[in-house]
This record gives sequence, structure tokens and C-alpha cells, in this order.
Amino acid sequence: MEPLFIEGTQKTPSIDFDPSKGALEIKGRSIPENSIEFYKPLVDWLETYSEKPATKTVVNVHLEYFNTSSSKCILDVFKKLESIHKSNNDVQINWYYEEDDEDMLEAGEDYESIIRVPFKMIEIVD
Amino acid sequence: MSFNINEYYQRLSQGDVLLGYKGSITSELINEVLEAVEEKLEKVNESGKTRKKIYNVLVESMQNLYHHIEESHEGIEENLEPKFGVLVVERDKEEYKVITGNFINNKKIKFLQEKIDKINSMSKDELKDMYKFILNHQKISAKGGGGLGLVDIARKTGKPIRYEFFPYNDIYSFFNLIIEV
Repeated sequence: MEPLFIEGTQKTPSIDFDPSKGALEIKGRSIPENSIEFYKPLVDWLETYSEKPATKTVVNVHLEYFNTSSSKCILDVFKKLESIHKSNNDVQINWYYEEDDEDMLEAGEDYESIIRVPFKMIEIVD
Repeated sequence: MSFNINEYYQRLSQGDVLLGYKGSITSELINEVLEAVEEKLEKVNESGKTRKKIYNVLVESMQNLYHHIEESHEGIEENLEPKFGVLVVERDKEEYKVITGNFINNKKIKFLQEKIDKINSMSKDELKDMYKFILNHQKISAKGGGGLGLVDIARKTGKPIRYEFFPYNDIYSFFNLIIEV
């Protein structure tokens, strides 16, 4: 399966997905007006990936900002990961947040309470 | 006398204004506003925490305008651009205010008013539960709005959302929204 790489912009994060390694990174700002359009390729990629995932999938989410429209798409991404996890594959989501950004930590905890995948909250200290 | 958009805008622009805009709310405009406000907050050395909250509130309030604003304004005398809205960001002593204004069809007032009143009556934990419920159970509308914007704003600011509707004519009122950060 081909890797997926999308470069970040002022309103959209960079996406770096290497299926052979089971490594996905989402990094930057996610505040597009139309988030469905932006996240569709990633959701499609994960759909295909879920048929034959790596033994271990590690997802690093490192967002500075995200809007509420993206929040639903991020949930869709996590739901795909949840179904991979459900079929007895190792999945880990690392949720990064900047030191003292309680809102971002809380957002990660919201997802953790909805999605049945192991989460790790990682504080970034300057 | 009925509502006058120019008087309204002048009244808003009297404080310590970081940014004021009236006109079409487009995707490009949102980019420009975010960039300008971010730059100004950095200049005055505002704390990272406050900067992030203002940024978040700005994104949600402008995208709310972008998704829900009236395309055109029939029967409104002033010569308005399509997707017309007003945005002011000002500093009021130690706090910041994000103010948005737009014409709204009178038929939509009741729904919006009830929604904001409900949000304002909720505790922090209730807002968290409401946010998670909408996140997990409602589809994104065709317009792209998630129905989460105001809930998110209330959660992030921890303050009631202030609003007013100024009657304009039989079809429209002017909706003024004040968010304190």
C-alpha cells in the first residue's frame, strides 16, 4: 500500500501515513471551512489499511488548533482506528498538547472517553 | 427608528479595537483576520493561553458566520455586499471581546435564542457532555457546520454568551453576538 503524504497549510495539518510501518502523524492546524473534503483521503486510506494493518499502528496527533468542524472528522479517523483495534491489532494514539494548554488536553480526553483505543497524553515542554 | 448598520458599527469601534471589519465573510477574509489578530497579540506579549483561546473563539465565530450567514439581503436598504457580516475584536481592560453581527431571518431567531439560552444555563460538565454527545451522534450539516461552534465557545471561555436581536423589518433582524474571552 502506498504511503499518504499531505503537506500542511495555514488551515490544514500535515498528514504523514506510512502503512508499511503502521505510522501515522497528523500535525499542525486543522481549521478548514470544509473539513470533510480535507479528511476524506485519510479516511479512505485507513479503510484500505484496515484490511491488512501492520502488527502495531502508532498514531501521533500533534495539533496546535482544530475547529469544531474538524473535530468530527478526527473522530471519524479515530473510529477507523478503533475498528482496527477491535480486530485484535495493536493500536496506540499519542495525543500531544503544549504545556499549559488545558483545552487541548481536555479535547484529547474527550476522544479518549469516546474511542476504545489506548491513548497516551503527552505534554510538550519547551 | 429602525436599526442602522453604520451607527451600530461606529458604536462598536469606539473602544480599544484590535480589528474591525464589515463586509463579505469569505474564506480568504478569515485567513487574513486570523493572521492579523495573531500578529497583534504576539506584539503585546499576550500569554499563550489567552492567545489560543482568542484564536479558537475567532475561528468558531467567523466560521459560524461563514456557514450560516444570509447569502443576500432582500429589502434591506443599505447597499450590502453578499454574505455581509461584522466582526470586531477589542480589548476591554484585562479581557478581550469578539463581537460579530449579521442580519438574520426573523424565522430563525427563536431557535438561535433558545440554543444560546440553553448553553448559558449549563455548567462546565454539562457543556462537556453536550459537546461529546453532538460530536458522537450528529452528522456534519451540508453547510459544513457541526452545530458545535457555540458549545465550544462556551466551554473555552467559561462565560455566558451575550447577544441581542435588533428588529430591522418584517423579514430581518440584526443579530449581535458578544463573546468575552
